[in-house]
Amino acid sequence: MKVNLRIWRQKGPESAGSFQDFPNVEVVPEMSFLEMLDEVNRALEAKGQEAVTFDSDCREGICGSCGAVVNGDPHGPGKANTLCQLHLRSFQDGDTITIEPWRAKAFPVVRDLMVDRSAFDRIIQAGGYITARTGSAPDANSVPIGKERADEAMEAATCIGCGACVAACPNASAMLFTSAKVSHLGLLPQGQPQRFDRVQKMVDQMDAEGFGGCTNHSECEAACPKEIGVKFIARLNADLIKANLGNLRK
Amino acid sequence: MELQSRAPDGPIETAWDRHRQAIRLVNPANKRKYHVIVVGTGLAGASAAATLAQLGYNVSSFCFQDSPRRAHSIAAQGGINAAKNYQNDGDSVYRLFYDTVKGGDFRAREQNVYRLSQVSVDIIDHCTALGVPFAREYGGLLANRSFGGALVSRTFYARGQTGQQLLLGAYATMAEQIAVGKVKMHPRTELLDVVVIDGKAKGIVTRDLTTGRIERWAADAVVLATGGYGNVFYLSTNAKGCNVTATWRAYKRGAGFANPCFTQIHPTCIPVMGDHQSKLTLMSESLRNDGRVWVPKQPGDMRPARDIPDAERDYYLERIYPTFGNLVPRDVASRAAKRMIDSGHTVVKGGQGVFLDFRDAIKRLGRDVVADRYGNLFDMYAQITGESPYEHPMKIYPASHYTMGGLWVDYNLQTTVPGLYAIGEANFSDHGANRLGASALMQGLADGYFVLPYTIGDFLAGEKPGFSDTTHAAFADAENEVKAKVDRLLSVKGKQSADTFHRRLGKIVWDECGMARNAEGLGRALEQIPALRDEFWSDVSVPGTGADLNQSLERAGRVADFLEFAEVLCKDALTREESCGGHFREEHQTVEGEARRDDDAFSHGAVWMYRGQAQQPERVREELSFRYVKPSQRSYK
Ligand SMILES: Cc1cc2nc3c(=O)[nH]c(=O)nc-3n(C[C@H](O)[C@H](O)[C@H](O)COP(=O)(O)OP(=O)(O)OC[C@H]3O[C@@H](n4cnc5c(N)ncnc54)[C@H](O)[C@@H]3O)c2cc1C
Ligand code: FES
Repeated sequence: MKVNLRIWRQKGPESAGSFQDFPNVEVVPEMSFLEMLDEVNRALEAKGQEAVTFDSDCREGICGSCGAVVNGDPHGPGKANTLCQLHLRSFQDGDTITIEPWRAKAFPVVRDLMVDRSAFDRIIQAGGYITARTGSAPDANSVPIGKERADEAMEAATCIGCGACVAACPNASAMLFTSAKVSHLGLLPQGQPQRFDRVQKMVDQMDAEGFGGCTNHSECEAACPKEIGVKFIARLNADLIKANLGNLRK
Repeated sequence: MELQSRAPDGPIETAWDRHRQAIRLVNPANKRKYHVIVVGTGLAGASAAATLAQLGYNVSSFCFQDSPRRAHSIAAQGGINAAKNYQNDGDSVYRLFYDTVKGGDFRAREQNVYRLSQVSVDIIDHCTALGVPFAREYGGLLANRSFGGALVSRTFYARGQTGQQLLLGAYATMAEQIAVGKVKMHPRTELLDVVVIDGKAKGIVTRDLTTGRIERWAADAVVLATGGYGNVFYLSTNAKGCNVTATWRAYKRGAGFANPCFTQIHPTCIPVMGDHQSKLTLMSESLRNDGRVWVPKQPGDMRPARDIPDAERDYYLERIYPTFGNLVPRDVASRAAKRMIDSGHTVVKGGQGVFLDFRDAIKRLGRDVVADRYGNLFDMYAQITGESPYEHPMKIYPASHYTMGGLWVDYNLQTTVPGLYAIGEANFSDHGANRLGASALMQGLADGYFVLPYTIGDFLAGEKPGFSDTTHAAFADAENEVKAKVDRLLSVKGKQSADTFHRRLGKIVWDECGMARNAEGLGRALEQIPALRDEFWSDVSVPGTGADLNQSLERAGRVADFLEFAEVLCKDALTREESCGGHFREEHQTVEGEARRDDDAFSHGAVWMYRGQAQQPERVREELSFRYVKPSQRSYK
């Protein structure tokens, strides 16, 4: 089958970008979307032309490196998918496929489809951890955790940090990302001592990075490859209120 | 050349304690005067950087991904071993040690493996304290599953995302240390050379992948945690970026490379489905807990699985290996699959594969329990193949997955270059000729959290702290070489992409140095690889410039190193005239087709030393002695 590609090309963060057309690209349905881009690049390189820049590594939906907006959807059509897990069988012969980078103020374009997501790292640095010195931990079974609670923490912890939630949000908010980490750690007994301090610092950092506020569109949940729910945003908000009350009392 | 393993003699149970007592320590107030470079942010690198920083050292950390959290370790699915004996099924430090030495086919250093088993229990405690959400039972205690090569349940897991959760734990501590300034993080930065001054590692040269800038970094010691070289096969379960560059450059600067031919082919991957394929996807070994492997008894039988009655199915692992059944170690399972395919029993039309069937597990446990255990793996399989494992058995085939070989290290994890350390998959240490499932995560974290942070002190204590002279001639030389190589890659201006060469190299190595090897094929490979390398240097096309972000250049540089490394890999396979673990020489097998070791001639690690461009590398040995687990022919029957 053949598809027509329109791929965003942009030299650097400050340059203006534009679409480059790749008409009639020969593909097969079993191919993954990134394998299609590999083929495009192989052909470009053989002709001595610059390859399309895009991030990818694991190619199995877990590292969070890949991502692009495909025909308007972060990670393309389908639910619970990353771009690397998307296959050409989701498209028809003759389709035109438009491929753009994540668009958000806090994620400047590095080149073509690659963006700078270091803001996520800085949100984690602000408080997304439990402080524990190596070698000082008690026996792992000394603190039992009910299966349901452990499972819920795990659900939040599955976030791969890809940024699709930000790309999907009309406000380019990072609330789903931040709330997932706040909830993962806040649900566990080990995470209690730093719980309220953590939420405060992470939300402050999120604001400082220039992410927008959350106005409950829930587009993030729909785009999340790990189907992380907006219920965690509610949890974050509840913790944030408690944190603020605590600060008032101080 | 004499290799000093520095492994303590005497009772193995107390060896690590005695060693820690004997080695030098850096005074707590002095630690902040030392600077350590850690390259790699997988489980090994992230845990080492985090712990060194907690101890007070200044750490510079490097990775080629855009964030340390994306290192290849993130993809590990199945679990991590530890001798906790929480299941009360007879596990112990000694049993984990025994299983690992035996599983590695008696080609690992006993003292290292014993230490690994000892610290395994601390890993689980520490990771739990960091908030790693391991799977739990209803009573709230930690759950376990079994993995191949073991008769006890000692594997801890977090759904099918154990590597991700463990890595996020180490990454979080690193993030905390970045925030307080003890770790300086350099993402999207690739190591291109190691700098050795007066015989000691004193820094590295890197390329900033965003700007193209070549930079020099000085330090008091350098740690490589850069992962394995499984992508030499092109198609593998490794992430696309995994490469041999860092360890290969270290080798060319004097670090011995041990047992490169010990590569692991994982039995349960999704079969190859066309020639556009860029990587293979692993289906976790944990699936063999409940899945049953079979092929039709009749060669060429292409009926849908459900139309083939039980009497016409050959559950060959259960038949040949009744004790371990579907849970035999990986090398054994992979070769058994190959034998089935070679004798015509494939289940993939025009391709290669065997069934991994959950029909009986679903009948026995119910769909919900199976979904709870393996749901995300089943989804992943369905996404890739378009078929649901709840309805049809999976089709699987072996693929390159892990590399036991790596930089030679002593008991302190130091390479043959003083001050240069290698941890995690990048070293050769603990798995011998075959790694057991769920033991790589254990080793990476053991090295990074619990071993290296102590042993590196023994070297640093003898060094004047604060080395920072990047104007030294050795830095200039290394930088010039790196720049010359970049320029050379850009100047060929040929007609083929680097990826095309990588694919062709992969095919040679897979065909001649894959699951089964023989002298004739290896000889062929040793002719084809240099020829392909010459063609690469005359016909590779690398568009763009070096002074800029250029992924074509990144790919080409890695392929160029694989093209050199592959030759040593095949040489090692050719000179090891025995079969052991993942290394199967067809000339050395039993009548049943099982591997035949030669302990008299090959009970050693083979360490390759670079002797210059014009010379053949030298093969040096580290003799192994087994005082606790006496070598026997491995039997899983
Ligand atoms: C699909 C899959 C599933 C697996 N599942 C399991 C499992 O269930 N249990 C288990 O025990 N093991 C498993 N393994 C094996 C295990 O994941 C790896 O062996 C282990 O994670 C390796 O960790 P590491 O820290 O040594 O290196 P990696 O995680 O590979 O990290 C390498 C790091 O080095 C950096 N790097 C590499 N080269 C350079 C360079 N030149 N310059 C700068 N940085 C560089 C990278 O950026 C990265 O940060 C699995 C492996 C695969 C492929
Ligand atoms: S490449 Fe890792 S999630 Fe897509």
